Amino acid sequence: MIQVQQLTKMYANGVKVLDITNLDIPKGQSFGLVGNNGAGKTTFFSLLLDLIQPSSGYVKNNGIQVNTSEAWKPTTAAFLDESFLIGYLTAEEYFYFIGELRGQNKADVDALLAKHEDFFNGEILNKKKYLRDLSKGNQKKVGIIATLIGNPEVIILDEPFANLDPTTVNRLKKIIKELAEDPNVTVLVSSHDLVHTVEVCNRIVALHLGEVVKDIQTSPETLKELEEFFAV
Amino acid sequence: MIRRFLSLEWKSFSRSASFQTNLALKILMGIGALYFIGCFLIMGLAVYPILKEQGYNPVQTINRALIYYLVLDLFIRYFLQKMPVMNIRPMMILPMKKSTVVHFLLGKTFFSFFNVLHAFFFLPFTIMMLYKGEAPLSALSWWLAMWALIYVNNFVNVLINNKDAVFYPVAALVLGSAVAQYYGYFDLTQWTAPFFQALFDQPYLVVIPLAVLALLYWATFRFFYHEMHLDEKLASKSEIAKTEDFSWLNQFGTLGTFLKNDLRLLKRNKRSRTTIIMSVLFIAYGLLFYTNSIEAYKAPAFQMFAAIFCTGGFLFTFGQFVPSWDSAYYPLMMSQNIQYRDYLMSKWWLMVIATFVSTIVASFYLYFGWDVYKMILVGAVFNMGFNAHLVLLGGAFVKTPIDLTTSKQAFGNKQAFNAKTMLISLPKMLLPMVLYSIGYYTHSSDLGVLLVLAAGILGFAFRDKVFTRIERIYKTEKYATIAAYKQKA
Repeated sequence: MIQVQQLTKMYANGVKVLDITNLDIPKGQSFGLVGNNGAGKTTFFSLLLDLIQPSSGYVKNNGIQVNTSEAWKPTTAAFLDESFLIGYLTAEEYFYFIGELRGQNKADVDALLAKHEDFFNGEILNKKKYLRDLSKGNQKKVGIIATLIGNPEVIILDEPFANLDPTTVNRLKKIIKELAEDPNVTVLVSSHDLVHTVEVCNRIVALHLGEVVKDIQTSPETLKELEEFFAV
Repeated sequence: MIRRFLSLEWKSFSRSASFQTNLALKILMGIGALYFIGCFLIMGLAVYPILKEQGYNPVQTINRALIYYLVLDLFIRYFLQKMPVMNIRPMMILPMKKSTVVHFLLGKTFFSFFNVLHAFFFLPFTIMMLYKGEAPLSALSWWLAMWALIYVNNFVNVLINNKDAVFYPVAALVLGSAVAQYYGYFDLTQWTAPFFQALFDQPYLVVIPLAVLALLYWATFRFFYHEMHLDEKLASKSEIAKTEDFSWLNQFGTLGTFLKNDLRLLKRNKRSRTTIIMSVLFIAYGLLFYTNSIEAYKAPAFQMFAAIFCTGGFLFTFGQFVPSWDSAYYPLMMSQNIQYRDYLMSKWWLMVIATFVSTIVASFYLYFGWDVYKMILVGAVFNMGFNAHLVLLGGAFVKTPIDLTTSKQAFGNKQAFNAKTMLISLPKMLLPMVLYSIGYYTHSSDLGVLLVLAAGILGFAFRDKVFTRIERIYKTEKYATIAAYKQKA
């Protein structure tokens, strides 16, 4: 589903923040990206979404090179940070807006929202609040659910577990696991939290200073292996 | 401490993403500033001798006009002067006195261009007074009083900023009295001139403006000092939101989706709401021209200038900042299933609709004759056909993020219309002015109108071409724009 070839990102001062020679994420995989701060996780996701320009190499999404064509957009959904939310909309308006862009009608969106009602914990819908006035955690919930609208084939979530309360983290894990079971959906999740990532992903890649240092299929030993790797 | 603040100021200024891209604009503004300084300097030097020559008492005459001078200054400040902005939050828990921070903020305003400019009038004027033999003590104390009054204005502006409810009634009152004076019903200056004259005649009275200034400084200080808590003015107030469907726009497909969003953007953010108020004010601006109240404005070029201005308010205050209005969520727009063309098209339609509505509202100009309204009509066509594209084209290069939420904070700057907007608007008015003048002087006013109309219609014909071009610019500028928008202004 996603092919990465010779992908590098350098900044003007010559610092290389990402250098991935070859990475292939097949369709249906749930892909976890772990690493310390500055490992290049967000940079990698930004490159996948063509938000920054690669210094060399390319990313192909569904066979489409992302920085030359926009045809990958209809099948890809992402939530990286608050800049993916429109502050002056209410949660409902935001969902419908995304829905309309993804060719979903109001009923489709409503059905999806109803399905995830418990995820919202009664704090999002019909609250008479604009997104900008929601707490960081609640904003995140809105952003995450919005990526599910329109049955995207690729879902990219940057640090989805951060800022969420323990109950919501568990609910989110359930949602991601369900997506992982769907053979048509490729989920990409980044996190600092090894436990959560190991639990929801069937493949884990660890980045360190922009390079792939581990690439493992999840097994009962994975967590231990990763913890050893990141041990001080 | 102050030195550290100054270095922070300098860094935030020189390291902002918009710094480089806006260098040309900064140079333009510098030239504008020099122009005004020059004007004030010449005025300051020339007013005294000229008044004397004409047989007036220069000091008394100036003192009569002063009230309007000061009020006009206040108006201009209200619209153009930026509030002292500083990133207060990180300072709050650092071991420094709150009062130091506030003193610094207020002290900063002392060096604002809007204050310094007046020195270029009052200093030479006072020197002329001394040179022509007025009493030195009177002249100097009068100058000191003027200095104080200018700064009184400065702090009044800081205090009433954001309080439209105070500003507009006062503005209406003073404007009303100016009109009343013009028609000879009531002379405001009769009441105010003695006060200013007293400042000259009794030098010791200078303590009054100085005391007022000190008092205002103290009041402003208290105001900011007490609002420096996270839960008060620094915190954004949350409004009761209501969901709006605008489902009647659904019939326009993707275009409708964007239009819906733009309507909400306009309605729900103060900063963008101001653009609508400004559009209405712009419509009224033409009155200055078509009532023939100002001699210089009778020139044909200026008549066309006014026509463009009347219907172009929204275009200039909103359109020039596309796509900056969407800067807060630009990465979303760039990763969603959005065609640039649809996005641009929706903004274009918004401007066309706003221009159209302005034209309807401006129909009261028919009172001044068909010729006047005819100019406004062709001005509208030109705005829709030509400027609407030009504005979008220019916007592609404006990389200053607009923080829609700042308006809700005490230390935020909320003006939608500022000196910058004005400067980048001017070129868009030059072309129709030139076209109209050519027609006017070679044949007749009608030919001028026709030329402008033709240019406008020609613009429509090139719409798709221009859009393709803008689209390409948007694409090449995409990464730079995302990076620039990441920085909060």
